[in-house]
Amino acid sequence: MSVPSLPPEPTTPSDPVAAGASAAEPLISESAVNAAVVAALAAIAAAGTTVALKLVRSEHAGESSPLSKLNALMRSVPGKEKAAAGKLVGQARGTVTKALTAREDEIGTAEAAARLLAETVDVTAAASAWKAGARHPISLLSERAADVFVAMGWEVAEGPELESEWFNFDGLNFDEDHPARAMQDTFFVEPTDAHLVLRTQTSPVQLRALLSRELPVYVVAPGRVFRTDELDATHTPVFHQIEGIAIDKGLTMANLRGTLDHFVQALFGPEAKVRLRPNYFPFTEPSAELDVWHPTFKDGARWIEWGGCGMVHANVLRSAGIDPDVYSGFAFGVGVERAVMFRNDVKDMHDMVEGDIRFSQQYGMTV
Amino acid sequence: MRVPLSWLGEYVDLAPGTTPEDVHAALVSVGLEEEDIHRFEVSGPIVVGEVLEFVGEEQTNGKTINWCQVRVAPGDELAADGGPAVHGIICGAHNFAVGDKVVVTLPGASLPGPFPIAARKTYGHVSDGMIASARELGLGDEHDGILLLKNLGIDAPVGTDAIALLGLDDSAVEINVTPDRGYAFSIRGVAREYSHATGVPFRDPALALTVVAPVTRFPVTIDDQAPIRDRSGSSVFVTRVVRGVDPTRPTPAWMIARLGLVGVRSISLVVDITNYVMFELGQPLHGYDLDKLTGGIIVRRAVEGEKFTTLDAVTRTLSVEDLLITDESGPIGLAGVMGGASTEINSKTVNVLVEAANFDPVSIARSARRHKLPSEASKRFERGVDPRVAAVAAARVVQLLVDLAGGVADDLGSVYDTTTAPLPIVLPTGFVSGLIGLNYTGDEVRDALVEVGASLHDVGGVLHVTPPTWRPDLTDKWTLAEEVARIVGYDRIPSVLPVAPPGRGLTRTQTLRRTVAQTLAATGHTEVLTYPFVSERANNLFGVPVSPAQTDAGASAADAGAASAAPVLVAQMKVANPLDGEAPFLRTSMLPGLLQIAHRNRSRGLVDLAIYEQGLVFRPEAGVTYGTAVLPAGGARPSAEAEAALIAGIVPQPLLVGVVLVGNDVRHQPGLPAVAAGWQSALAAVQQVALATGVRIEVRQGRHPALHPGRTAELFVTVPAATSAASTVSVGFAGELLPTVADDYDLPAVVAVAEINLGLVFAQADGTRTVTPIRTMPAATQDLSLVVAVTVPAATLLAAVAEGAGDLLENIDLVDDYRGAGVEPGQKSLTFALRFRGEERTLTAAEASAARLAGVAVAAERFGATLRE
Repeated sequence: MSVPSLPPEPTTPSDPVAAGASAAEPLISESAVNAAVVAALAAIAAAGTTVALKLVRSEHAGESSPLSKLNALMRSVPGKEKAAAGKLVGQARGTVTKALTAREDEIGTAEAAARLLAETVDVTAAASAWKAGARHPISLLSERAADVFVAMGWEVAEGPELESEWFNFDGLNFDEDHPARAMQDTFFVEPTDAHLVLRTQTSPVQLRALLSRELPVYVVAPGRVFRTDELDATHTPVFHQIEGIAIDKGLTMANLRGTLDHFVQALFGPEAKVRLRPNYFPFTEPSAELDVWHPTFKDGARWIEWGGCGMVHANVLRSAGIDPDVYSGFAFGVGVERAVMFRNDVKDMHDMVEGDIRFSQQYGMTV
Repeated sequence: MRVPLSWLGEYVDLAPGTTPEDVHAALVSVGLEEEDIHRFEVSGPIVVGEVLEFVGEEQTNGKTINWCQVRVAPGDELAADGGPAVHGIICGAHNFAVGDKVVVTLPGASLPGPFPIAARKTYGHVSDGMIASARELGLGDEHDGILLLKNLGIDAPVGTDAIALLGLDDSAVEINVTPDRGYAFSIRGVAREYSHATGVPFRDPALALTVVAPVTRFPVTIDDQAPIRDRSGSSVFVTRVVRGVDPTRPTPAWMIARLGLVGVRSISLVVDITNYVMFELGQPLHGYDLDKLTGGIIVRRAVEGEKFTTLDAVTRTLSVEDLLITDESGPIGLAGVMGGASTEINSKTVNVLVEAANFDPVSIARSARRHKLPSEASKRFERGVDPRVAAVAAARVVQLLVDLAGGVADDLGSVYDTTTAPLPIVLPTGFVSGLIGLNYTGDEVRDALVEVGASLHDVGGVLHVTPPTWRPDLTDKWTLAEEVARIVGYDRIPSVLPVAPPGRGLTRTQTLRRTVAQTLAATGHTEVLTYPFVSERANNLFGVPVSPAQTDAGASAADAGAASAAPVLVAQMKVANPLDGEAPFLRTSMLPGLLQIAHRNRSRGLVDLAIYEQGLVFRPEAGVTYGTAVLPAGGARPSAEAEAALIAGIVPQPLLVGVVLVGNDVRHQPGLPAVAAGWQSALAAVQQVALATGVRIEVRQGRHPALHPGRTAELFVTVPAATSAASTVSVGFAGELLPTVADDYDLPAVVAVAEINLGLVFAQADGTRTVTPIRTMPAATQDLSLVVAVTVPAATLLAAVAEGAGDLLENIDLVDDYRGAGVEPGQKSLTFALRFRGEERTLTAAEASAARLAGVAVAAERFGATLRE
């Protein structure tokens, strides 16, 4: 604590008023002033709280304090002594005021610190009115996948889930008697001769996009699809796909591979690789099975069958009124559940469809 | 299709040590999908033994078992298990005699099961091995006694390894055959593909046979009066006759083993031979007992409703689309699907008529589907069988009947064939390279096509490609391009990222959809994905539109009871083939699925829930017929009318968001009491959607049959009308479930729910937002308490005050709703905090007060509100 240097000790501490009465001394004696200052400074230093200091201020700097009384004598001080006496008292009052202010700051700071210390809480026990919410990883991964294509200038297309068989089958080159039509286990709605089905794939959106948009077309269609598979560890009757289709002049199967390479690297990481294997789909020719490889897939680096792709079948283009000798293009479709399974190490399909909030909450807002 | 390696090795050279995995890898590379590997699960010392003697010993249970001495190694040699040459073995069978050669599984051997064999004490003896039945070896179903080698026509020295002798050392790869590759449903076809994959030469078994034309004609008539899609039911029909077959001859072990590996049970030699040749060449075959046939064969369509009993003893009612094989006695077979019992080959058959026909894929596919009779034959016909292989296959059957069954080839038979050679396909130069994006050389293109069996002709510098008869899938230049690409290898296709034209990014709707999902998640709601399958009852309860509330509380309660007792019927779509018979309808509301999920979570101990789902619901309008009775053909753009009809036939499927909250909204924590979820939580979620979309959602008191009559909000958005007056449209509801409904879902009494039609909300989300300038003058704040009837909605009163206060009022919030002492019963005191601000100068207290009183005046006029001082 900073205490201003004290003035010299008075020789005889005495009542300044009484002392002033003595003819031998000046009306305002230096000793009387010093004594008042010493007393004031001692009291200031002794005050430990703002309340105590307020009392000290009143006693030693208030109207009835010794220094104020000495100051009141100024009226009676002879003219030639006025300057010296005024200086003496003024300095004394200044010293006391300064000490008071300093002590006030000191006490204030200490008291504030003590008050804050008293407000200490257990920060690990914070209560919150906010709840933890979460997105479903299927939604997040679908959006992430769509973003990869949007960044390349593609657009996102949508279509109904309860769809005409024409968009789901006939227009996609699944002839009425085509074995592949019976291969996909389709949900029909009553009456079945109205030819409405729960779409078995996102491919009907391809056809809708081609019918409704100007060429060239570069679109992706994430969405929910349906097959009559019972729920088990790896199957669910309701699942999600992401479909892509590009129709332009001069598109090649090399463009398909290039697009898929970029897609899997964006989604799974720069080390991801694509393998195409010959396969059959009614709506593509040539057709390929799409396998993905990544070093961190569950059970280690390996090839995983992820979806189908190929060059859009001439009959699909014709179904949309497009001349296959002028335009060509490619399409692909991949399963989102499957991607979440091998990308995020989900072992059982039940977790994805049962709606247990603990599942989504493991992902929070990111996949 | 399962392919035994030993069989495959007859037509392509398999390098020594080739494993099933190697074969799989090769076949996968050319487009056949890997499925499984099949083996006889037998190992260890299994040898030929000879029964030297046996003693029948009667047991206490009345059974007699035999204590046998079986020689399992010649002379004094050690047996394969290291034991003595003669083993003592207990055997429960009685179908053998001294001197019979049998199969002995010695200790250390293992049979399918797995069933390990060890010396064991039984019936008072140590049985040092086991004498096996055919079934125990995995060689068919025969378990009526032990396998006697003489019954298989085999004799081999004692001690011979029986695993190799019986062909049990073979294994098969199973592959999935895509619908375009019908020819790969044969060893012949798979061998060709193996050759494509590995480059080893392919020996075509179809070329190895000499086909002798029959001399005497067996009468066959193809009389198709109702062709399907203008195609005759049968384009090829070949018959051959073999006489004098010995019905007692056994099927050779190697054939039983191969048939076992491909998944077919051995039945009798003649039947086994027809099956064997079908797998070998891909041609389905049928054998008739010639002596049971009456006259010649007529192939015709069934008469609608005609009855026919198939081999499986099921009497089937036929359709006019079913193709029948008949003789003068009537139907004898459902063509390409299943034969009949009357002409069936049996253990007395000595004269056989072999049928090798080619049936129309569509006809067979429809019959197999109609009668739910998928068979090895129908599977092949549906995908297309090589029309040229019929005569070859018939000849092959004849050959095997002669060689294995002691038959004599007869010159009686017939060859009916109306097929023509495939037409050539023009393959423009550079087409394949242009489509694939890889510069193939002319040789690569030609070599690949020749390899798959096509014949090539150069016509004025352009390649004309005639596909082989077994490839009906090769129909245009694109299919040829695929052949070139896959034979050269898909791995050679380069990676070239195409450049799309500049895109417009996500649409406003797509962005809003994400923003709503993110906002709800960020404000404590967890996204779930439910199945859209619900019960009719759930749709009837939740799928109805909300209605305006009646302010009369008594009437409300009465209506609520009536509503839950007799729900309104809601138009809805029914799944014709549901997985769950309890939930065959498509949801018209998001809530039933969410409530089920809420229950599931709670049953797992997760009691505080705030869940949501965005998704489509299926909302047909009552009385509207959806779908289209006739579908346009694919491969051509439908007419404008047909296209419009397809689009118009789609059931409306709006995008909704549903929210369900149960338990506590805020859980009890230090210094923070629990806040139970209720109607206010549901409305908070609604307001989050409003904030996320930037569309004001107006809340009004409402009614819904599934919801608490006094705690239901109807939600509205304002729709700008063509005229100056804007109207509002209902977009959903929020509130608390009726406790009885909550109970139906095994949920606690208070369940807060909200459902919003996002499509209707998004439609009002402006593309571009405009704002008013921010006023920077000091604000004047005032409070206002108004007393009104409890029936006056706070939001309505607030709107009235705001309207009256005018432009100077910058903000108004409801801060208190007081009822009780000092306020008359039936009245309430609502307190608002008002903030006034001038545009260009500081408001005086008098100006603010005047504006406030102007607000009061409107409230007083409309609702009789009085100022509470």
